[in-house]
Amino acid sequence: MRHTLGVLVENQPGVLSRVAGLFSGRGFNIESLTVAQTLDPLVSHITLVTTGDETIMEQIVKQLNKLVNVIKVIDFREVKFVDREMALIKVKAEAHTRAEVLRIVDIFRGKVVDVSPNFLTVEVTGDEGKIQAILDLLAQLGIVEVVRTGRVAIARSKKNNKKK
Amino acid sequence: MKLTGAQIFFESLKAEGVEVIFGLPGGAVIDIYDEMPKHNIRHILVRHEQGATHMADGYARATGKVGVCLVTSGPGATNTVTGIATAYCDSIPIVVFTGQVPTPLIGNDAFQEADIVGITRPCTKHNYLVKDVRDLARIIREAFFLARSGRPGPILVDLPKDVIASKAEFKYPKNISMKGYKPTTEAHMGQIKRAYATIAKSKRPVIYAGGGVILSSAAKELKELGERLKCPVTTTLMGLGGFPAPHELWLGMLGMHGTFRANMAVASADMLISIGARFDDRVTGKLDEFAPSAKIIHIDIDPTSISKNVRVDIPIVGDCKDALKKLLQLVKENPLEDLEKQRQPWLDQIQKWKETYPLAYEQKNDLIKPQYVVEMLYKLCKDKNPIISTEVGQNQMWAAQYYHYSEPRTLLTSGGLGTMGYGMPAAIGAQAGFPERLVIDIAGDGSIQMCIQELTTAVENNLPVKVAILNNQYLGMVRQWQQLFYERQYCATCLKMAPDFVKLAEAYGAVGLRATKPNEVEKVILEAIATPRPVLMDFVVNPEECVYPMVPAGAATTQMILV
Ligand SMILES: Cc1ncc(C[n+]2csc(CCOP(=O)(O)OP(=O)(O)O)c2C)c(N)n1
Ligand SMILES: [Mg+2]
Repeated sequence: MRHTLGVLVENQPGVLSRVAGLFSGRGFNIESLTVAQTLDPLVSHITLVTTGDETIMEQIVKQLNKLVNVIKVIDFREVKFVDREMALIKVKAEAHTRAEVLRIVDIFRGKVVDVSPNFLTVEVTGDEGKIQAILDLLAQLGIVEVVRTGRVAIARSKKNNKKK
Repeated sequence: MKLTGAQIFFESLKAEGVEVIFGLPGGAVIDIYDEMPKHNIRHILVRHEQGATHMADGYARATGKVGVCLVTSGPGATNTVTGIATAYCDSIPIVVFTGQVPTPLIGNDAFQEADIVGITRPCTKHNYLVKDVRDLARIIREAFFLARSGRPGPILVDLPKDVIASKAEFKYPKNISMKGYKPTTEAHMGQIKRAYATIAKSKRPVIYAGGGVILSSAAKELKELGERLKCPVTTTLMGLGGFPAPHELWLGMLGMHGTFRANMAVASADMLISIGARFDDRVTGKLDEFAPSAKIIHIDIDPTSISKNVRVDIPIVGDCKDALKKLLQLVKENPLEDLEKQRQPWLDQIQKWKETYPLAYEQKNDLIKPQYVVEMLYKLCKDKNPIISTEVGQNQMWAAQYYHYSEPRTLLTSGGLGTMGYGMPAAIGAQAGFPERLVIDIAGDGSIQMCIQELTTAVENNLPVKVAILNNQYLGMVRQWQQLFYERQYCATCLKMAPDFVKLAEAYGAVGLRATKPNEVEKVILEAIATPRPVLMDFVVNPEECVYPMVPAGAATTQMILV
């Protein structure tokens, strides 16, 4: 099973290699990993997508928590969350396919971020399903290159739905 | 007033109460060594940096204090890796200070540069590169705190030469704030209650204790728990000394070379109370058949140890001592009814196992049996309350089986990593902590050669350790595997080509003694312990002796080879 973890770490040199080294050293998988600073410049947030059964996930979470520079691990198996990924897709767009590409991009609420006579580079954001869907469609028209950010995730804020 | 990094280093060590540093200088740390004579701190000059780490480790295991090493950059630093990994596997608190090239040169493949922080990341509890002298005192404070708190372990602090030379205001921080480090030391009362409710229902309980009992100084509580529950106790290699070996509830060590009764008891138990142990493969054998009918309680300070290898029914995260105290309180308030009668069938069964297959060997009057040497050491030294260290291999297992440990911190052995060469430097470190006590390394002829150079260190510093080499002229434990599982093809395990250990001892300025016949063993031991200098005893023993019982790797622990 694939799982998403949020890891708050101290923003210090070497922290990423501690996290990555933990995964390689113990034979855990990393499917994707993104890092950036949080509101607090001393703290970074890592979103990590990994695979493993219940026992492995338990170990991963515990082992991450054990790292001295890890402040908090958010196990998204236990919290509702929103996740997004961004892809930059360079796609063939010659005279006869250009309109089709633009139509697809529009349907997916993507944006064209670079244009050249024969290529368009588009930016799409969405969950994994959405990204996969546009990639499948554009593939028929000829994708030259794709760069994806990997997943970022954030916990949903608590909604107070109780009726008064 | 501003102090240099080197001065801050010594002031900080003083603040931590450090009495002794094991080290060896070089260009990158020469400023620290230059500052050293101004400070009242003992430095023991080693002959190889691996020796320094094992000495710091042996000192830490024997005294319970943090051991300290100081080495130079590059090769000095890389030489510490085995010792650091050894301490890491056994959760031993040491702090290793390494020199580093000046910060502007880091990453430039400078002379004697090694990325020691990168190299030791997976085998330290944590490590630091100090980039600014203003961080030095705080980092040293954190390093010692991390080393000894929670699940203890080695910490490495890398000191670039320019950082050591530059100046900063010195104030040793009182408080520590590390957002990401908050070990759970207090055991959860709810879990303790659940545990006791389960224990109360059990008919065939066994306590399985490990090194955690020794690290948390919980031997007294362990003994009391065993007695109040009338529950038999076994320990891992790391736990030896955590429960008094002569005790009627003592089962002996369990696992690959454990006693028949300990392994049978665990296999038949309906309740396993695991305290500060981590279900290592040398203990469990085949996992599916380990304690198959037991409910398992697991007390450990490290959550990652719980349910890592074996499913646990009642996990208790916390310091062993705290957990045991709370559990004992419950036991005292609600003693089990009819305990004697309840427990008797179980204790009778264990007694039967004990009588069926006791640990045994036969000493005839030709060749010395290695087990006999260990037994004689026990007999002749036990009243002196000695500290025993071991090397790795058969010598280590015989030291575990035939020497009986009654107190914690009296056995120093590399359990997790199994590092040949550990024993003698560890003995030297322990002797530095306890100059008056008898310290004996039970050694193999192979292992002893891996750190033999430290004999000089012992001689120079008047650390009168005794080394008892069980000289079987083999890398004996490997040879045993070849004998039992590889059709006696003794490939690369023969050590017939060996130095004359008596002459070698003398060359180092120590005393060398030899016994080749059983009736010489006692005399050699008595002479050694009466000699106030380092002594190397060469016991020429039966070359093809094996350690039994033995559970083949990967087999169930009931599948013991007993002969
Ligand atoms: C540094 C290191 N290298 C290799 C080994 C593998 N090994 C385990 S036991 C052993 C034999 C040790 O020989 P010796 O010290 O003579 O002890 P004996 O088993 O003969 O008592 C070896 C080579 C090890 N544990 N450590
Ligand atoms: Mg040998």
